[in-house]
Amino acid sequence: MSGRPVLRPARLGPRDILHTGASGMRSRPMRVVLSALGIAIGIATMIAVVGISASSKEQLLRELDKLGTNMLVVTPGTDLLTGKSVPMPKDAAGRVARITGVQHVGATGSVPATVRRSEKIPDTITGGIQVQAATDELLTTLRGTMRTGTFLNSATGKYPSVVLGDVAAGRLGITSPGQRVFIGGQYFTVLGILDPLPLAPDIARSALVGWDVATGRLGFDGRPTAVYERSADASVDRVHDLIPRTVSPRTPRDVGVSDPSAGLQAKAATEGAFSSLLLGLGGVALLVGGVGVANTMIISVLERRYEIGLRRSIGATRGQIRGQFVTESLLLSGLGGAAGIVLGGAATAVYAVSSGIPWVIPAWAVAGGFGATLAIGTVAGLYPAVRASRLSPTLALHSA
Amino acid sequence: MSTATLIEPPAFEPPVVRLSGVTKEYPGGVAALRGVDLTVERGELLAIVGPSGSGKSTLLHIVGTLDLPTAGSVTIAGHDAAALSDRRLSALRAQHIGFVFQAFHLVPGMSAQDNVAEGLLYSGLPRAERRKRAARALERVGLGDRMKHRPHELSGGQKQRVAIARAVVGEPDLLLADEPTGALDSASGEAVMELIHELNQEGATIAVITHDTEIAARLPRQVRIRDGRVVEDSGPRGPLGSGRGAPGAAEGCGPETAPLPGEVR
Repeated sequence: MSGRPVLRPARLGPRDILHTGASGMRSRPMRVVLSALGIAIGIATMIAVVGISASSKEQLLRELDKLGTNMLVVTPGTDLLTGKSVPMPKDAAGRVARITGVQHVGATGSVPATVRRSEKIPDTITGGIQVQAATDELLTTLRGTMRTGTFLNSATGKYPSVVLGDVAAGRLGITSPGQRVFIGGQYFTVLGILDPLPLAPDIARSALVGWDVATGRLGFDGRPTAVYERSADASVDRVHDLIPRTVSPRTPRDVGVSDPSAGLQAKAATEGAFSSLLLGLGGVALLVGGVGVANTMIISVLERRYEIGLRRSIGATRGQIRGQFVTESLLLSGLGGAAGIVLGGAATAVYAVSSGIPWVIPAWAVAGGFGATLAIGTVAGLYPAVRASRLSPTLALHSA
Repeated sequence: MSTATLIEPPAFEPPVVRLSGVTKEYPGGVAALRGVDLTVERGELLAIVGPSGSGKSTLLHIVGTLDLPTAGSVTIAGHDAAALSDRRLSALRAQHIGFVFQAFHLVPGMSAQDNVAEGLLYSGLPRAERRKRAARALERVGLGDRMKHRPHELSGGQKQRVAIARAVVGEPDLLLADEPTGALDSASGEAVMELIHELNQEGATIAVITHDTEIAARLPRQVRIRDGRVVEDSGPRGPLGSGRGAPGAAEGCGPETAPLPGEVR
């Protein structure tokens, strides 16, 4: 006996561990599908929640990228003593244009007139549309685009022609250039309709006329109410500091300067913060899925007493039986997790396509989701596996 | 025989099975075995026979190290079962013992060859080698043409032969067959017993556990169990028994000569 070689159980290779772990699944594919389904739904919910928020955020960021964060808006400030708005000088746009680094300058100014579809409509019904004078370079500065028609230029700006914001056009019932609207006692020909301008949303509700026409025919005082300025990215901060002194050297604090992209950035940040309620819902589904896997595993252990006994009789150690069932549980939940990631990705894709935004699934969400399924698989499989390994091999083989 | 005694000690192999005073009591005071002594030498073919409830299944479990006795010692292929941890007992089963069950216990949905290769799963051999040996074992039991068949495509007799191939594929020191013909018709049972005889002639040590006295009578040695005791043991006389049986016979003789008269079953 002393001369006998020491008995040492052989180790199973990774392939054999997988093979034994998958043996139960091969014989009952339907059960595999059903028990993996719970996990799949949980993961799919979480991936979709994260994916849809990430896609919306990506959309906003891309928009920001396109619009640029290098635009500043100069507006009249309020007088500290009187509380009244301090109008900007008539040449404010020209002054801003002289600052080093400034590339484009556009301006709008409020015109004391109303715009109506025709003279037959009472002048009290303005539809909330304001008439504004606009410089030629306004569209370039805002990086805006025309939905249809053309923008004002130095020639058309001298004549009664108008460009409508998209909301204004809708309210007036204008769909194409060439139609006419009634502004301040005369008809103006519509030159074009703008696309929405995320950086200057109030222009969407405006009717833009040329600077010269506004001063000549509509009683515009020529003082801009907003000057839009675009500069090189690197000089934004410097330009920001210089604008008040340039526009109003005597009372620089009566000039307001703002960055409209800041609002969009804040919006992007909130869009990215996905709904924790939905995420929690996904978590609950995942938990229920885990319980489902554990339940399946327990039943599987009870059903496979003979197989366990057989394996013990051909030399499986308790550890190897445990390993087999934990592996099976991991495979079950891993399958569910993989299916869930695909499902969640598909749901996000459907949403993205239907609302015209880019499709983004963050890698951390995929990794996190899969990691969660593996953790759940381990936890769900542990108890059944320990039960399986403690089954007496003789009990397992008793009769059949 | 002074030369023989000089040569024999190193050549002497311990018996494959040595039980002494084995008692198994279950909680509640039910005793399944009451002091069983049994020695099985290498190369023997024996029947452990007894009616149901006689304790023969318990004996099978203890000889197969699936269960431990409450008293007495069990030595399998030289290893004292009581001294081994569960892990080492598993290794002992993997390397030294093969099981054949009445209900076959083949894995459904797995080809015959894979089922047989499963018998080597815990042996540490690489997969390709396991499959190669499984093919050889299947050919040995006459199922070389059924390698790819799944259990449900095989007859009962064929299933049992696959199970036997699985049990012998690791060339165990001891093959334990629990009612191997119990679920078979007589023709298939006949063929299985034939195979068991052949394997024994090739050197395998085989213990057949059965309640069927007819089957038992055709094996070289019968150990009759009743009420947890060995009531008759015809003693070791396997093919190698004549030369090497002498030391074993000293132990085996007692029960062999003692009981008899009333023992007909």
